Amino acid sequence: MDQYVPVLIALILGGVVALVMTFASTMLGVKTHSAVKDEPFECGNPPSGSAWGRFSVKFYLAAILFIVFDVEVVFLYPWAVVFRQLGLFGFIAMLLFVLVLVVGLVYEVKKGGLEST
Amino acid sequence: MDFVTFFALAIPLVVVAVMVIAHPSPVYSALFLVMTLFLLAVYFLFLNAHMVAALQIIVYAGAIMVLFLFVIMLLNLQSDTLRTQRHGLGRVAIIGGVILLAELGLLLQGSSSELAESSLPENFGTVEALGSQLFTKYLLPFEITGILLLVAVVGAVVLAKR
Amino acid sequence: MDMTLPAVNWLSVLPTLLLSVTGMLALFWDIWMKDDERSLLGWLSLTGIVVTALCSWLLWGQNDVESFSGMFALDAYAVFFHLVFCLVAGLTVLMSLTYLETAEIRHGEYYALILFATVGMTVMAAATDLILIFLGLETMSIAVYVLAGIWRQHLTSHEAALKYFLLGAFASGFLLYGIALIYGATGSVQLGPIAEHVGAQGSSPLLLIGMGLLIVGFGFKVAAVPFHVWTPDVYQGSPTTVTAFMAVGVKAAAFAAFARIFLHTLGAVHTDWQGILWVVAALTMTVGNITALVQHNIKRMLAYSSIAHAGYLLVAMVAGKELGGAALMYYLVAYGLMNLGAFGVVVAVGRKGEPHEELDDYAGLGFRHPALGMAMTVFMLSLTGVPPLVGFTGKFYIFSAAVQAGYIWLAIIGVLNSVVSAYYYIRVVVNMYMREGEAIVELPSLRSALGAAILIAAIGTVLMGVFPSASMSWAGASFLSLG
Repeated sequence: MDQYVPVLIALILGGVVALVMTFASTMLGVKTHSAVKDEPFECGNPPSGSAWGRFSVKFYLAAILFIVFDVEVVFLYPWAVVFRQLGLFGFIAMLLFVLVLVVGLVYEVKKGGLEST
Repeated sequence: MDFVTFFALAIPLVVVAVMVIAHPSPVYSALFLVMTLFLLAVYFLFLNAHMVAALQIIVYAGAIMVLFLFVIMLLNLQSDTLRTQRHGLGRVAIIGGVILLAELGLLLQGSSSELAESSLPENFGTVEALGSQLFTKYLLPFEITGILLLVAVVGAVVLAKR
Repeated sequence: MDMTLPAVNWLSVLPTLLLSVTGMLALFWDIWMKDDERSLLGWLSLTGIVVTALCSWLLWGQNDVESFSGMFALDAYAVFFHLVFCLVAGLTVLMSLTYLETAEIRHGEYYALILFATVGMTVMAAATDLILIFLGLETMSIAVYVLAGIWRQHLTSHEAALKYFLLGAFASGFLLYGIALIYGATGSVQLGPIAEHVGAQGSSPLLLIGMGLLIVGFGFKVAAVPFHVWTPDVYQGSPTTVTAFMAVGVKAAAFAAFARIFLHTLGAVHTDWQGILWVVAALTMTVGNITALVQHNIKRMLAYSSIAHAGYLLVAMVAGKELGGAALMYYLVAYGLMNLGAFGVVVAVGRKGEPHEELDDYAGLGFRHPALGMAMTVFMLSLTGVPPLVGFTGKFYIFSAAVQAGYIWLAIIGVLNSVVSAYYYIRVVVNMYMREGEAIVELPSLRSALGAAILIAAIGTVLMGVFPSASMSWAGASFLSLG
């Protein structure tokens, strides 16, 4: 477990920094309120509509495809770790796997699965 | 895993898990679910399942949660519409929970501590050990997974693209 | 660290590989081809399937060893099922060549998905490892879920896909949980070591629960009562050719893995699971047949009939041993031929925009189109179990296996059910010959791909029924290769 101590320290430090920044700005900063300032920030434009707007179902396709290729990438981690021991055999094994998914990628791009219009 | 660490992890885990079902806003529920999955990943680390812990964060807290949030945004559920429909499920959940507790109790009675202390092989559960098994012994399942993912891509495009 | 590379026996995965490559080619070709060339995809798929079938045929009895570190065995049992899947997929593709036009399904991916589903089936039949069986099952299932919903214009198709997917995912969960518990009980996911462990130690509570969950998972896939509730809606809503593929292919693949695990691997503890399967088989036959009696939609009727036939197949599982196993395999072929033929006729009767799926639409069909009426009569009589057709010989083998194994009551229930089933099968024939048809609808020429598919199924139904011994002894020899 010792090798995970740095991860824990990084996590704690990250949390502390975030908390310090939030509290420091509320304590030290000068507060001015106005109707415009209290609105949610929307790239400098006056906000329009609800932030809870409904997404188009088209984005769901992108999300599902993301999961599929995320799972593919997950298989690459252990492969990279043992790559040297496996040698050519492992290379061909992964090549076949990736080739199958490249077929899927080409198919998906050509069918317009990634176009958002 | 000693007593103190166990409870230091278990109490926040149970709290955030309860918040997942107790919070009225679905988006907050989803974020609490992310925390639950993170804390579960730490448990996997204590069980020497290093790769599973990494997968828990990459796939579940990463990809699956994105999908959850997408669904919430697609359906645009407001917290008040959800609250009215909650009744009826509670009773089923309580019955299921009681059965699960009884099962766990039975399992705890049956198993002795000797199982827990049996020694693990060196490198058990590391990414390296998993990789060396996956690409040799489990080579064929690995390649079939590629086909399975391809079918998933085709299926998603066929059904969702007009 | 242990890094022994596995013995890769390419020959043993050659049929699976061929099907996958054909599927990917079909997927690629579809991207660049014009709309009116789509039937070429069907012919490409058919070529791939025929080549795969020839390959599997040549490999019969050549590869009885396990390869890929004991995960995969293209033994004679697997080859037998490979050929069954190729037959089913081939006939489905032939029927689809006509059907996709009438149903106006314009997805070129259709053929690729059929091929990938067949890949999953071949993996299920040849896998000797529970994880690989699960992966094959998922590959097949996901492809079939999508196929069920590919009829985008029809809401019923969406409903079918969603129902099948949700309940199927649930069933997969049961199956996976069962696999996990069996791993816990025996310490292995490979069928060989599990059989050794079970043979030496007998059963344990954990193993019993694991087996029960496996029965739930497979029971869903073969549509056994009480896991059958999805069947009528899914079969009715899916495109007809997909229904045929589902009813025959998915069932055969599930039984291939089911029988390998239970009859062979868990054969040592057969007393533990035979009782449950006895009840499931009796229920499945009875519920399927009784509910089929009141159906007016022919696809729905065939759905309940397919539930009933799952019951007969389960009787063969209960009977077990060499005789039951061979009868199971023989009946799967028989059921495949007659059921695919029946669905082929349903496709032939359908028109653009008018599916003509009600029983009344078959009134007078025997006079309007004698060849089609004749074929449908053969399939219906065979499904009833009238000699000398294949349905009769298949049932004869199953029930005699049950009697020899001492399950006389189960055989009696089965025979009574066959008598009940005669009512709804013969009703179709009566409709075709004894009633006046409405305005004559022009029917397609049988000199098309669809006609060829119906003809092949009809010839098979008659020939296998008249000369059963050759195919039966072949099934027996294949089953024995399980060792």
